[in-house]
Amino acid sequence: MPVKKPRNPMPSQDPKERKQNFREVALGYDEQTAQREAERCLQCKNPLCKQGCPVEVDIPEFIKEVVAGNFQKAAEIIKNKNNLPAICGRVCPQESQCEYKCILGKKGEPVAIGRLERFVADWEAQKVTSEINPVESTGKKVAVIGAGPAGLTCAGDLAKLGHEVTVFEALHTPGGVLMYGIPEFRLPKAVVKREIEYIEKLGVKILTNTVIGKMYTIDELMKEEGFDAVFIGTGAGLPYFMNIPGENLNGIYSANEFLTRTNLMGAYDFPHTDTPIKVGKKVAVIGAGNVAMDAARTALRLGAEESYIVYRRSRAEMPARREEIEHAEEEGVKFHLLISPIEFKGDENGNVTKMVCQRFELGEPDASGRRKPVAIPGSEFEMEIDTVVMAIGQGPNPLVPASTPDLELTKKGNIIADPETGSTSKPGVFAGGDIVTGAATVILAMGAGKKAARAIHDYLTNNS
Amino acid sequence: MNKIIKQEKLAENLFLLEVEAPQLARKAKAGQFVIVRISEKGERIPLTIADYDLNAGTITLIFQVVGLTTKKMSLLKTGDYLLDLVGPLGEPSEIENYGTVACIGGGVGIAPIYPIARALKKAGNKVISIIGARNKDLLFWKDKMAEVSDELLIATDDGSEGHKGFVTDVLKEVMTKNSLERVWAIGPMIMMKNVAEVTRPEKIKTIVSLNPIMVDGTGMCGACRVSVGEETKFACVDGPEFDGHQVDFNLAMRRAAFYKDKEKLALEHYNCQCGGGSCKCQ
Ligand SMILES: Cc1cc2nc3c(=O)[nH]c(=O)nc-3n(C[C@H](O)[C@H](O)[C@H](O)COP(=O)(O)OP(=O)(O)OC[C@H]3O[C@@H](n4cnc5c(N)ncnc54)[C@H](O)[C@@H]3O)c2cc1C
Ligand code: SF4
Ligand code: FES
Repeated sequence: MPVKKPRNPMPSQDPKERKQNFREVALGYDEQTAQREAERCLQCKNPLCKQGCPVEVDIPEFIKEVVAGNFQKAAEIIKNKNNLPAICGRVCPQESQCEYKCILGKKGEPVAIGRLERFVADWEAQKVTSEINPVESTGKKVAVIGAGPAGLTCAGDLAKLGHEVTVFEALHTPGGVLMYGIPEFRLPKAVVKREIEYIEKLGVKILTNTVIGKMYTIDELMKEEGFDAVFIGTGAGLPYFMNIPGENLNGIYSANEFLTRTNLMGAYDFPHTDTPIKVGKKVAVIGAGNVAMDAARTALRLGAEESYIVYRRSRAEMPARREEIEHAEEEGVKFHLLISPIEFKGDENGNVTKMVCQRFELGEPDASGRRKPVAIPGSEFEMEIDTVVMAIGQGPNPLVPASTPDLELTKKGNIIADPETGSTSKPGVFAGGDIVTGAATVILAMGAGKKAARAIHDYLTNNS
Repeated sequence: MNKIIKQEKLAENLFLLEVEAPQLARKAKAGQFVIVRISEKGERIPLTIADYDLNAGTITLIFQVVGLTTKKMSLLKTGDYLLDLVGPLGEPSEIENYGTVACIGGGVGIAPIYPIARALKKAGNKVISIIGARNKDLLFWKDKMAEVSDELLIATDDGSEGHKGFVTDVLKEVMTKNSLERVWAIGPMIMMKNVAEVTRPEKIKTIVSLNPIMVDGTGMCGACRVSVGEETKFACVDGPEFDGHQVDFNLAMRRAAFYKDKEKLALEHYNCQCGGGSCKCQ
């Protein structure tokens, strides 16, 4: 038995300093720390971590190469399964996936798989321009709708198999939530751009500013533009609101708007960029998922004096990654739990000034297994705030389904697709990621893109 | 990147751009809009499609200089490119043969009313158009509007052309002589609100086109929320056209004013060109 060594901590920017800037919080391991951490891995015969990874990265294999200092080899092993490792290493909820299963975690701390993955991907990006072996063209054309993690993964894998792939993206920049949602301080945009360049190097063509359902319908893509198959990865981009009085007052944002203005449009640098954002002194973020934590931490960086998480349930039910909750707390985000707004009030210019809240207690577990919040009658009180960010979830964007009548949907409007293949009710059309599952995770979206790529390849090979 | 093949100054602070966009021109319908971004650090702004030409593969945009982006756009010349252009967005106008209809365009709103009048005319309607501006120099596309209208009436605030007064005065007059089945009104918020008030007692269905603050234009952000018949709608995907009798115009006007101070700051910053110096635009 090797001596138990503790997990190597992640070097990070000091909380006091980092809440004033948008630079990345976690700084990454250096070579020595990475090797020290990699040495903790027991190289299990039957590695459980691998089962925890939705895309089955060969975890012990790459870690072994890190120990030996063959970082390039390690990168190749990861990239066999995961086209976007620098992103996953940063935003995967490892504590509930690979690291959750790691045998070391049963008694102590699991190997820091995510941090090692990030180290390897960043090392590779700095040291080498990876060679791409040209593949023979199959002559088949595939359209991928949406350049988020699901679409990009699917596109990359199909290109590796020799198909001609075009990605259609509605926004002016590819990346999906990785670009417009997740903030710079958690996932630097340069990292996302680097990973997208890799996908392009594989031969994938990305057409931005192209909204499918408006510029082309799926039928037009298949019948007029010559695409043999289509993958839909349009995400869960439709923000939910609470439908309570006063919700359209000025200063009440959806998390999507708040984060898009800041990240994609660079509003934190206004007026050096042209897109403004207004953040007051007291910001209330409604919700407690990753999106809410990102919004609350962004608000501080934009100059808010107080940033609150307002959540209907208790701490145990908060859906955000543990690390994000810890980071938010370290930076001074305050948590108001078992509370929810029921009305917003504003001044004569229509700007929000107050939030009427109600207190809740936890009742019986609901369908999601979490204890259901029950309103306490007569517990209403007012909270002074001047900015509100709604981060209570997102639904599927209806543009593609509305223009594709033969696509079967769930009641909520998600596309119905086979979890193993992504195939939908429409022949030749596949779907995956948040548009199928509802808002989930980057790695699950990538996993769905991967499975669909395999199924599309089969479909194209058998249909010719 | 979309090439500008024609740039024209229509009036003071009023510009026209004809832009190469073949697929967009093929898909565009009356009532829809595009989102434009002109530089890497630029913002995304919505502009209603004023015209589209299938054969030439172009669309026409008309804008008034109101903020920084439109100011920068006004400096673009023939042969320059728009960095980003996306569309056609929003739902098209509901074009049918209604009978007699009125199409009202105020100021820069004359541009988007034109393709609607044209489509309505083509569908067999009797089209009575009313266009208005502060003075005659700010009127444009009179000939194009006349071509697609059975009757073209004009109002200017100062009386320099046509009726002296508002388009609503002319509309009231028209309503005494015609039985209107439907009215379209596009222009400043206050004009659309007033038109809706004129037609409300007569229960003439009145369509207005809202132009709220937008970011993505695809239903992703909710910046464009408007309240219609007590319900929240996203103007970019549910609109931009709505039933004018149901729109909460006061809310829409307050929301449109939210960034006014920031817009002023952006213009000051642009004009002072301090390049990161020490002025208050920092
Ligand atoms: C703020 C925030 C923080 C998050 N943090 C984490 C985290 O830490 N870890 C984690 O694992 N997950 C996180 N998530 C969730 C994760 O980002 C998503 O699950 C994932 O991005 C889904 O990928 P996707 O490819 O399905 O969709 P998306 O990333 O949403 O991409 C969809 C793309 O399709 C485009 N599109 C939509 N409609 C059309 C159309 N009609 N035509 C053309 N293009 C279209 C969109 O513009 C977009 O670019 C977070 C999400 C948010 C919003
Ligand atoms: S991709 Fe995510 S789940 Fe898989 S090994 Fe990497 S961090 Fe773990
Ligand atoms: S502009 Fe973003 S939802 Fe309408």
